[in-house]
Amino acid sequence: MKAMRAVALLCVLAPALALASETEFTLDHAPIDAHDTESLQRGARTFVNYCLNCHSANYMRYNRLRDIGLTEQQIRDNLIFTEAKVGDLMKIAADAKDAKEWFGAPPPDLTVIARSRSSEAGSGSDWLYTYLRTFYRDSSRPTGWNNVVYPNVGMPHALWQLQGEQVMKEAQAPGPGYMRTVQQLALDKPGTLKPVEFDQLVADLVNYMTYMSEPAREDRITLGLYALIVISILIALTYALKKEFWKDVH
Amino acid sequence: MAATEQKLPVTGAGPFNGVLTWIDQRFPLLSLWREHVSEYYAPKNFNFWYYFGSLAMFVLVLQIVTGIFLVMHYKPDAAQAFASVEYIMRDVPWGWLIRYMHSTGASAFFIVIYLHMFRGLMYGSYRQPRELVWIFGMIIYLMLMAEAFFGYLLPWGQMSYWGAQVIVNLFDALPLIGPDLALWIRGDFVVSDATLNRFFAFHVIAIPLVLVGLVAAHIMALHEVGSNNPDGVEIKAKLGPDGHPLDGIPFHPYYTVKDTFGVMVFLGLFAIVLFFMPEFGGYFLEYNNFVPADPLKTPQHIAPVWYFTPYYSILRATTADFKLVLSAAALAMAFLIVRSPFRAKTKALAVFVTVALLVGFYFIDAKVWGVVLMGLAVMIFFLLPWLDVSPVKSIRSKGPLYKSALAVFVVVFLVLGYFGTQPVSPFATYMAQLGTLLYFAFFFLMPWYSRMDKTKPVPERVTV
Repeated sequence: MKAMRAVALLCVLAPALALASETEFTLDHAPIDAHDTESLQRGARTFVNYCLNCHSANYMRYNRLRDIGLTEQQIRDNLIFTEAKVGDLMKIAADAKDAKEWFGAPPPDLTVIARSRSSEAGSGSDWLYTYLRTFYRDSSRPTGWNNVVYPNVGMPHALWQLQGEQVMKEAQAPGPGYMRTVQQLALDKPGTLKPVEFDQLVADLVNYMTYMSEPAREDRITLGLYALIVISILIALTYALKKEFWKDVH
Repeated sequence: MAATEQKLPVTGAGPFNGVLTWIDQRFPLLSLWREHVSEYYAPKNFNFWYYFGSLAMFVLVLQIVTGIFLVMHYKPDAAQAFASVEYIMRDVPWGWLIRYMHSTGASAFFIVIYLHMFRGLMYGSYRQPRELVWIFGMIIYLMLMAEAFFGYLLPWGQMSYWGAQVIVNLFDALPLIGPDLALWIRGDFVVSDATLNRFFAFHVIAIPLVLVGLVAAHIMALHEVGSNNPDGVEIKAKLGPDGHPLDGIPFHPYYTVKDTFGVMVFLGLFAIVLFFMPEFGGYFLEYNNFVPADPLKTPQHIAPVWYFTPYYSILRATTADFKLVLSAAALAMAFLIVRSPFRAKTKALAVFVTVALLVGFYFIDAKVWGVVLMGLAVMIFFLLPWLDVSPVKSIRSKGPLYKSALAVFVVVFLVLGYFGTQPVSPFATYMAQLGTLLYFAFFFLMPWYSRMDKTKPVPERVTV
């Protein structure tokens, strides 16, 4: 019994111990709303303008964007800049071999990236939202850019003209009973957007990428509610049936 | 039924009497129905734990049916597999629903089976005369593990790929035949398109076929000897004037309606996961599996899906240092056997096996012993009917020793499972080693503690 108690105690402690070894920073919570179609549409525009040149979204069709309130004509006029037809997948012309030479690794496909980046530290959306806002100048890197969430990433800061240039600065912050030196991001040269506007742009983009990672998500939740209602009724009916049949079992 | 005997026409089926009579005169329809359903007398005191047998059947059917529809759209081709799964999730009407049913169903299958097996452990359902029911069940469990392992490669994500790589490499560790065996399983020097194709064949044809046959054998063996029950009473010992057990009730309609209710409750829980948390926090669908398989990029942390992690923990626990502990445990075991009233032949065998083990521990790499222990951890369940020598079957009659042992075993199984999902650390390894010792102690010491235990008498009749 003593051993059993020790095992039970360790069970309780184990998750806390595992967390302690995680990285120091925390992911920012992505302020996204799957029902905000305007945000999704703005995000889709940012996506095709800024991401869909180096990155593909090979499993996503353009005309699926009807989900977020667009017509096929609107999609053709505003979101397709290539020869692609509206029913085509979001493929790119860039060659994976070239890309590998330029960036050290071929840029990953982004269709389901919001799902794959989930972890114990936060959802994939939180990861993307933090990642896209924490690029900083680093002359030691081939691209001149580094990132807080993804150290030594091969990707340069694609949105730098909008955000401006951040640098990593040392600052004093209150530690446990003393002042300690911490690394902090600071905006060195402002971009065309104010920081608040830039955060909103990234939030819209992440909102879109989260939608794109599972377009059926909203259908799934809606159908789930109906399914639970039907199943609840069936549970009640079959329970009554069981009670009725079992009346004579003593 | 003898061919010469005149069968009576079917009655009570209304407009179908004619058709059923026609069939019954050419096929043992009614006798099968009576034997296995309407006149199969099951104890009337089945409790909550007895839902999981029929639920396992339900999930098996669910997996087969959803699987058929998935195969219509899935492409078993390393270049197309990942994309075809996303195609199912996006472009196939209701494809996402079918896929989530199948992925959630896989985990649900193991939850149901583990609870079903735990029921067997609690109420001694493996004891004489139900040894074969248990053995068929254990083979089903092994086949289920194979089915899950083969199926997990098919989405061709990073975890699919590297999980398969790690497991196939286990065979590589075996002495002499290892490398050739691993090569033979993979069909290539690394997991590749050839591997994907053969795993697909096993997943959709070979294993399901065997599974269905084994389920039939499991149920036929069960119906031959009759069901056990929470009291561990043999209901066939007390027959009524009609020749049926006094404590038995016909499976149909009593348990058909009861199990239908069970299926509905299960469906409710299943739907909550399927519709609102299909990834289940990364346990049912691992996040890294949304990255296509990349043979050149090994993930930092490879963990099998949750249902394999207790065994994976045992594998990782077996380090070079741990061989010393194992040697000590083997010696202690031999000492215990020699000091107990066994036949001289048994004692000699125990000493021989121990010496062989000690030599083996000394000369053979810890990695091999990890694979051996992992295999043993699964296979040892087969021996339960003979390891348990208690005069009673059910935990209701068993004493504090067995109850504590079972409680420790359940905790150990969960702890091992938890640490199997976590990255390696000294603390995790220590816990896994402690867990491994306790895991095997539950089985190897059972002949002693189940004999020494203070048991209560088995009741004459079942209690409701």
